[in-house]
Amino acid sequence: MRQDLPPLTNAGGAAATDQHEATPTEVNASRRRLVLDGLGIIATAGGFGLVYGLAARGAGFSPLETSAMSVIVFAGAAQFAAVGYVLGGFSWLGVVLLTAFLNARHVLYSAALAPYLADRPRPLRAVLAHLLTDEAFALSIAHFRRVGRADLWGYWWAAIVTTFIPWNLATLAGVLIGGQIPDPSRFGLDVIFPAAMAGLAVGLVTGRRELVAAISGAVIGVAVGLAWDPAAGIMAGGLLGPLLGLLVPAGRGAHRREASIDLAATLDAPSPEPDRS
Amino acid sequence: MSTELVLLAVLMGAATYPSRALPMLVPGIDRLPARARSYLELVGPAILATLAAASIVVVIDAERNPSFHVGIEWLAVAACVVLVAARRGLLVGTVVAALIAALARASGLA
Repeated sequence: MRQDLPPLTNAGGAAATDQHEATPTEVNASRRRLVLDGLGIIATAGGFGLVYGLAARGAGFSPLETSAMSVIVFAGAAQFAAVGYVLGGFSWLGVVLLTAFLNARHVLYSAALAPYLADRPRPLRAVLAHLLTDEAFALSIAHFRRVGRADLWGYWWAAIVTTFIPWNLATLAGVLIGGQIPDPSRFGLDVIFPAAMAGLAVGLVTGRRELVAAISGAVIGVAVGLAWDPAAGIMAGGLLGPLLGLLVPAGRGAHRREASIDLAATLDAPSPEPDRS
Repeated sequence: MSTELVLLAVLMGAATYPSRALPMLVPGIDRLPARARSYLELVGPAILATLAAASIVVVIDAERNPSFHVGIEWLAVAACVVLVAARRGLLVGTVVAALIAALARASGLA
């Protein structure tokens, strides 16, 4: 739980959220926080991108085919599954249907970000959508909630710099270099993703509703994941957790913005004009 | 160089893109009722917590059969959560989590 902040107002603009809109100084501080938070994600994307490239090479994918997967599909779990299924001789239809199933959770990410991006041009939103991943969502929703509105700089950084570029460069390196790549789990890189997701979730817990949504979502997600499939569990937790959270009275915490940002430690020098990027 | 699977990549991308784009592109998302907006506000914490929990508790084999997993990952993620809650920052939390997992594995404890 985080400290109380003054009641928030919807300061106009895109975000259909009842949140405080940050000052330029706060936006800069939140961006710095975003950059630091993304460093672990870069390491993870790079490590597992290498493994993916190596696995695809082992399955007989050419460098062009491997990179096409990472650029066009840009979804790690589905790409790893596709390598296994292509190697196993599955039909393409089966691979495509599995991909749709594994990536269905993006509907929730997109819906949660949509109110923030509603006033952006549709072609721009169409591009933003292609870059939406677990990591981009996690980093950008935390940033948007801190600043109370969409900040495209933050989205580009989360989606491209911390995820798209390292994932694609590492994919290419893995498929071209091949050979012996150390298992990323030897260096603990496999726990960075769940640790980052959990840490970002903690940052978003600003009241009882969020806490109930997070805990119940996790419990439901694990239960459904064990009973059926982790991808279904993530959808179930993401759908049902918020419903249970809504059953909790909002209380005084309902309009507190994400306050885990320690402005006292991260404030930049004030900027003369609001940044509307 | 083989290019056959580029078409598969396009098909997989086409299967993924609607779930990424439809909610963002549908008109009227900014005019949702307050209750629906409140729901969407809760999606972030719920799904991030779900991702974290499912990643460390549920493992799948090559046939995607799920099973329950207990391991050093639990301690590593818990340490990250505690550090973030104590305002040490996510970077510190993830580095400590990775170190815990790496050291435990290197020493044969996990």
